[in-house]
Amino acid sequence: MIPRYQAIFFVVLLVASAVMAVALWQLRERAHQRLLAGQDTAPTHAPLVAQAEPATLMVANDADSSLLTQVQSLPLPQDPGARARAVLGKLLDLYAAPDAAHPVPGGASSIAQVFLLPAQSQTLTQESSTASATTRPPTSPQSTGPELAVVNLTGSFVSTHPSGLETENLTILSICGTLHANLPRVTQIRFLVDGQPRSTLAGHADLTRTYLYSDAVPLKGARP
Amino acid sequence: MLKCALALLAAAASFAAAQPAPPAPAARFVVVIDAAHGGDDPGGRLNGIDEKNLTLALSVRLRSLLAARGIQVVTTRESDATIDPNRRAELANHANAQACLSLHATQSGTGAHLFVSSLTPAQPTRIAAWKTAQAAWVNRSLALAGTLNSALLHSGLTVSMARSALPAVESMTCPAVAVEIAPETVQARDSGHQTPGSLDDPNYQARIAEALAAALVEWRTEARP
Repeated sequence: MIPRYQAIFFVVLLVASAVMAVALWQLRERAHQRLLAGQDTAPTHAPLVAQAEPATLMVANDADSSLLTQVQSLPLPQDPGARARAVLGKLLDLYAAPDAAHPVPGGASSIAQVFLLPAQSQTLTQESSTASATTRPPTSPQSTGPELAVVNLTGSFVSTHPSGLETENLTILSICGTLHANLPRVTQIRFLVDGQPRSTLAGHADLTRTYLYSDAVPLKGARP
Repeated sequence: MLKCALALLAAAASFAAAQPAPPAPAARFVVVIDAAHGGDDPGGRLNGIDEKNLTLALSVRLRSLLAARGIQVVTTRESDATIDPNRRAELANHANAQACLSLHATQSGTGAHLFVSSLTPAQPTRIAAWKTAQAAWVNRSLALAGTLNSALLHSGLTVSMARSALPAVESMTCPAVAVEIAPETVQARDSGHQTPGSLDDPNYQARIAEALAAALVEWRTEARP
């Protein structure tokens, strides 16, 4: 038989342990709730919506092999690269529409990125300049010289693009024309597919060369 | 004796003067037909038909028509073989041709699309860069495209002309044009709507081949001094 004072002491310890366990459980629950509150992804600030601006799109038409100028009002970001991507995205959205005059599936998501770099001095480079392009610093907003735009297309866009000299050529020229119309300093355009150089768009149009914005002025179509 | 010899010489001279001069050998006129794609490269898929088969069929048809008109033809392929673009240009340059046609087919657009290299015209040089060898021939290529355009329009086809970067053509040292055949627009009998015809239609292919052959005969006439 244990002494009475030891029994009382044991009971007090037992009660204290129970109280501490309850307190610890409550503290854990509070910490958990605080953690969940910190991970809440609900926006706390309203997003900045850019002002709608007129954007010039050079829209291809398969019927007469022409590029038609179309002005649309779009919310465009201030960053030139993002701006170029937004404009090209709208252009490819038009091509992905069911009644498009130049049907190409894919839409805006076909433009992975658009990089703007200082343009090379020569007007046409046949050799691959991807390596040199990647080592040059991107243009600063203050730069005023001619620029080279590197358009990175997605592999899914290229794999589903209709095959043919004319249709591929029109896609390339409309991208070049649209870029120059909205970013006049862009005078040269190169293409990558999933970040890698590729020989042709869908078997015909050469993607290894640097295109000039002046290429986007085709001969007038011969009509009967 | 001397008088006899002189008389014989005079007679021979008068006989030679009376005979017409032998005709000068005809200038060699060679056409290169390049059926695009082939082998591992099927090109586009056009309503269940590979582009490489359509271009080969058109190439064979055009070769026969040109041979029947006495034109020497060099083809870059006669079967379903993989030919590198550089090899195609090598074959064309080796033939020293007066016209080079690169045949393509597409489901987009209508009629025929003619493409000339977008290289800036340049003066011919003794040594030409491989990738821009066509620059010295661009003006002649544009003239050839004009002749093809006239013949195709004359046969009732819709024709468009443009300039583009063409990897095989840009290394060719001859008047070179890429000819892309698209379906003809036909009127549906029941609804009356305009619908694209079939590229596989033998009559359509024959019409295009006839027009191209007529253009090359015309080009031969223009090319001769």
